[in-house]
Amino acid sequence: MDTVAPPARFDPRGLVELDERVPGTAEVDGERAQFDARELTTRQINLELRRLVYELGIREVTVHNPGAKHSLGVGILARCRITFAGSLGYFACGLIDGPEVHITGRVGWSACENMMSGVCVIDGNAGSLTAAALRGGDLVVHGKVGARTGIDQKGGTILVLGDAGSMTGFMMQRGRQIIVGNAGHGLGDSMYDGTIYVGGKVASLGIDCVPGEWTDADTEFVTRKFTIYGLGDPPELQKFVCGKKLYNYDSLEPSERKLVL
Amino acid sequence: MCGIAGIIYRNGNGAHRLGSDMTRMLQSMKHRGPDSTGYALYRRPTAELIMRIKLDDGGSGGDIEYADRLKRRRREVEARIRAAGARVDSIDEINEYTIAVGLSYDGELKRLADYVESVPGAEVLSAGSALEIIKDLGDAQSVGTSYKLDGYVGTHGIGHVRMATESDVDISNAHPYWAYPFSDVAVVHNGQLTNYHQWRRRLERMGHRFASDCDSEIIAVYLAQKMSEGETLEQAMRHSLEDLDGVFTYICVSEGALGMAKDELAAKPLVLYEGDDMVVLASEEMAIRAIIDREIETYDPYESEVMVWTR
Repeated sequence: MDTVAPPARFDPRGLVELDERVPGTAEVDGERAQFDARELTTRQINLELRRLVYELGIREVTVHNPGAKHSLGVGILARCRITFAGSLGYFACGLIDGPEVHITGRVGWSACENMMSGVCVIDGNAGSLTAAALRGGDLVVHGKVGARTGIDQKGGTILVLGDAGSMTGFMMQRGRQIIVGNAGHGLGDSMYDGTIYVGGKVASLGIDCVPGEWTDADTEFVTRKFTIYGLGDPPELQKFVCGKKLYNYDSLEPSERKLVL
Repeated sequence: MCGIAGIIYRNGNGAHRLGSDMTRMLQSMKHRGPDSTGYALYRRPTAELIMRIKLDDGGSGGDIEYADRLKRRRREVEARIRAAGARVDSIDEINEYTIAVGLSYDGELKRLADYVESVPGAEVLSAGSALEIIKDLGDAQSVGTSYKLDGYVGTHGIGHVRMATESDVDISNAHPYWAYPFSDVAVVHNGQLTNYHQWRRRLERMGHRFASDCDSEIIAVYLAQKMSEGETLEQAMRHSLEDLDGVFTYICVSEGALGMAKDELAAKPLVLYEGDDMVVLASEEMAIRAIIDREIETYDPYESEVMVWTR
């Protein structure tokens, strides 16, 4: 009896991209490469990026026309420079470890989620949950960001030149945020540790977030970050830290606790 | 999850390809909701009232009397429209279970709509001089094709792709919702309302009817109630932020305006593009890019924001 073997993977609703072919359309010029993402799917764009960075060892990639697609540039674990000439959708550049990313447009929700190290500079606005669970590296947003920026942040620096939405720094555990514009309601709500600097007005402070004492180390840190990204002199900032009224935890990572013991 | 979208063209000559623009936006958000797709489309207001009536959910289900029953139902609906004192100018058979009736009627819209809906199985999807609501199961491509929306020319509109969470997958539970019995107002919603039953009981006591078990229908009926108390669309939307609990971003349209409202947690996304020629809103920027093929500047409204644009 003739039977047609079912495809190995099948998505009846047509929502998943099963196509795993690397497009291989990039123009490579020595250490540099660029490609047009207009006609490519999310998966193809990410596969092409991986081919260039991992297989060909290219250190400078430009992606044209990303068209606000989701999940682009996710999980790149190598030192390289990636430029997205345009806007990205949700979950842009999540889980990256090492790259210097430059996005000339805006990003949607959850950009640079769980970034481990590297730099991400966004010229436009960013959506909510930007840099959720950030662990290291720098994120610079030239526009404004949505709600819950740096929720659960565990390290690294978030620098926002515009305004930030509500619950910025919610449950933040470590790291620093510099918000040059205004911050929404519930700033630093339930934060454990870390520092938030705000240049504009704060609509309201969250539970157990209190103004902190400004030290020379703060001036040095802020000035250094502004200098690195060519932003001139930093404006006057207020500092906010955890009041530690609800604080029943030690601030050590499990590996650090071992060292202390 | 659900995806919502809205377009309002700024130069109001009404000759924009609204149907195909909306289909492209909704199709690009198919991953947010593949269960059903709906449109609320507006054209230049006409002198007559257009009433879209659903006679059945479609699909005979093996019922041999299905065709006869539909015919009987349609006859009954037409008879009741006439009996309520309306003059039927045209009847457009959209598909086997949907009709669009053009009529002249000076009386109270609620009386007419209630009378039509007293035919078992019949539901008024929308009524107004400019509004038409089109909704069915499937993605935007299939709904757009089967309802021939590609050539639909209009001034503004909203759309919705649904991922059902709280209620059944059928046409009655699909968005947009008409603000029954308020002509020319419709709503699409992304989120969950937690005080649905409370508000439903409250509004039912005031005499409103609900066609579905979907929490989003509350928003439409709530706005209708507030507007019948004399509030403007924007005032009613602002009050809804206080009165509705849960997480929501909704887009609401009337004959001349389109507005959005976001809850105080900013829990549901919305991306906004304000251009010289049009204002476009969608749950994802991808949807806006489906109709604007160039780099554009967009932003997300903050929590508790209400914005309204007029055409």
